[in-house]
Amino acid sequence: MKDTSPYLELRNLRVKYGNVEALHGISVRVNKGEIVTILGANGAGKTTTLTAISGLVKPSGGGIFFEGKPLDALPSHKVVQLGITHSPEGRRVFGTLTVRENLELGGFTRRDKEQAAAILKWIFELFPRLEERIEQLAGTLSGGEQQMLAIARALMGEPKVLLLDEPSLGLAPILVRSIFDSIREINENGVTVILVEQNARAALKIADRGYVMEVGKIVMDDNADALLANPDVQAAYLGGGA
Amino acid sequence: MEEFLQQLTNGLAVGGIYALIALGYTMVYGILRLINFAHGDLFTLGAYFGLTLLISLGLADHLNGLAVGGVLIVMAMGLVAVVGWLLERVAYRPLRDSDRLAAVVSALGASIFFSNAIMLVYGPRSQVYPSGILPSAAFPLFGVEVPVMRFLMFGGSALLMCLLYWFIHKTRVGTAIRAVAIDQDAAKLMGINVNSIIALIFLIGPALGGAAGVMVGLYYGQITYDMGFSFGLKAFTAAILGGIGNIPGAMLGGILLGVIEAMGAAYISIAWKDAIAFAVLILILIFRPTGLLGERVADKV
Ligand SMILES: Nc1ncnc2c1ncn2[C@@H]1O[C@H](COP(=O)(O)OP(=O)(O)O)[C@@H](O)[C@H]1O
Ligand SMILES: [Mg+2]
Repeated sequence: MKDTSPYLELRNLRVKYGNVEALHGISVRVNKGEIVTILGANGAGKTTTLTAISGLVKPSGGGIFFEGKPLDALPSHKVVQLGITHSPEGRRVFGTLTVRENLELGGFTRRDKEQAAAILKWIFELFPRLEERIEQLAGTLSGGEQQMLAIARALMGEPKVLLLDEPSLGLAPILVRSIFDSIREINENGVTVILVEQNARAALKIADRGYVMEVGKIVMDDNADALLANPDVQAAYLGGGA
Repeated sequence: MEEFLQQLTNGLAVGGIYALIALGYTMVYGILRLINFAHGDLFTLGAYFGLTLLISLGLADHLNGLAVGGVLIVMAMGLVAVVGWLLERVAYRPLRDSDRLAAVVSALGASIFFSNAIMLVYGPRSQVYPSGILPSAAFPLFGVEVPVMRFLMFGGSALLMCLLYWFIHKTRVGTAIRAVAIDQDAAKLMGINVNSIIALIFLIGPALGGAAGVMVGLYYGQITYDMGFSFGLKAFTAAILGGIGNIPGAMLGGILLGVIEAMGAAYISIAWKDAIAFAVLILILIFRPTGLLGERVADKV
């Protein structure tokens, strides 16, 4: 059984870019140990939601709470220290640094060497490719390998909550499967996951619950199974019948 | 052969100084995409701090010449680093999110402020470093008598550059600096405090510039309140020559520019010395705008 005490919560969150409001007051609740997926079309505000949690953009209204404490006044590096790490949209690996250096940066806030070695060992079990390519420049990796690196880098920060922004974007179907398997395994190791995806079917299959966003609002939220079976969701996000 | 070796060693000595100053321009540009126009004046400030320390502490009475030089350089580095840190806090940080032009104007203002402040305190005329601190002996290199001082200059700047290279490439914080130069937001997501990294850059760059200032004082014996302009311009040229934003590029660019300039002065005409440096700049901008080592298109504007 999963613990259901409130863990990460967005309350009526609003974000503006200049004068344009991208999030019109959204509320999301994530319980400890869950995989929660946020679905929605391009431009719905999914990435904005994650960057607000990480402190890269500041809310114009509402609040973000983690373990009961407000997050929204904290700079990004403090959010990471609290245990929320983020694998951003488009991977954003440091292309002219080696895979090893990228991973070391992921563990920048964690100074315990033994712990870091243990996580690294686990990462190499999840993504053996990274171990083979450890001294290679990240920019020379394939798209799938870069995605593995982006996730691995976020794991090096020993997250309690892992934010994943479209990890399957641009990957071959076989790789998508293996990335989603890895996400499930990461979650089984006790990491709470917020998964933003366009690949709704794959996301809902591994998620506990899901939220559906449309132009800056949450329009639906339910258990993942219920969303998978929902005809509206099927029509809009699952390309017709399940 | 004699002439060639003399000019080569002279060029290396001066080029090392250009390289040290160029590093300050290139590191700030690499992180902030900003030309710190006040950097040349921080170099001048280093020379004047060195002079004041030298006279007021009476170091030359207690230590041998090399130790005096080393102590002066380290102390001036520390003082100029503090000034650089303040400069970032006062002139650049408040403008970080505003228009790029605002930061450029602020940089020019800071430059005028420093050079005028130095002139007010020390006067408009040139000041003289006491002679005979560094050995004036000559060293026979392939039968040519080359002043030992040139080796000291080049050795000193090479040592500082090796230390910097080690720091940037082999330490955890150095890796974080490189990450911030590549992608600030991604660096924040790693838990890196980008503001501290920027502050650190404004400690290191000015410290290296300050070291170069003391070295110029010791080498030429004479310093002026406005020497930061010409040295700054040459060093900036060197940074572009090597590829602005690129640390090994600034080192290579500085040394190359020093040697080209010395050779040009000897074999073409001394009157054309500065023109040669800028001809190099123009040629680079035309034929290889990213500089010798600059593979990255630095412009993310
Ligand atoms: N940096 C930005 N500046 C201005 N508008 C932005 C910025 N980032 C996103 N937006 C706008 O905010 C809205 C939500 O975008 P985003 O969060 O990226 O959506 P999603 O991730 O769901 O595709 C879009 O209308 C987008 O154009
Ligand atoms: Mg997005």
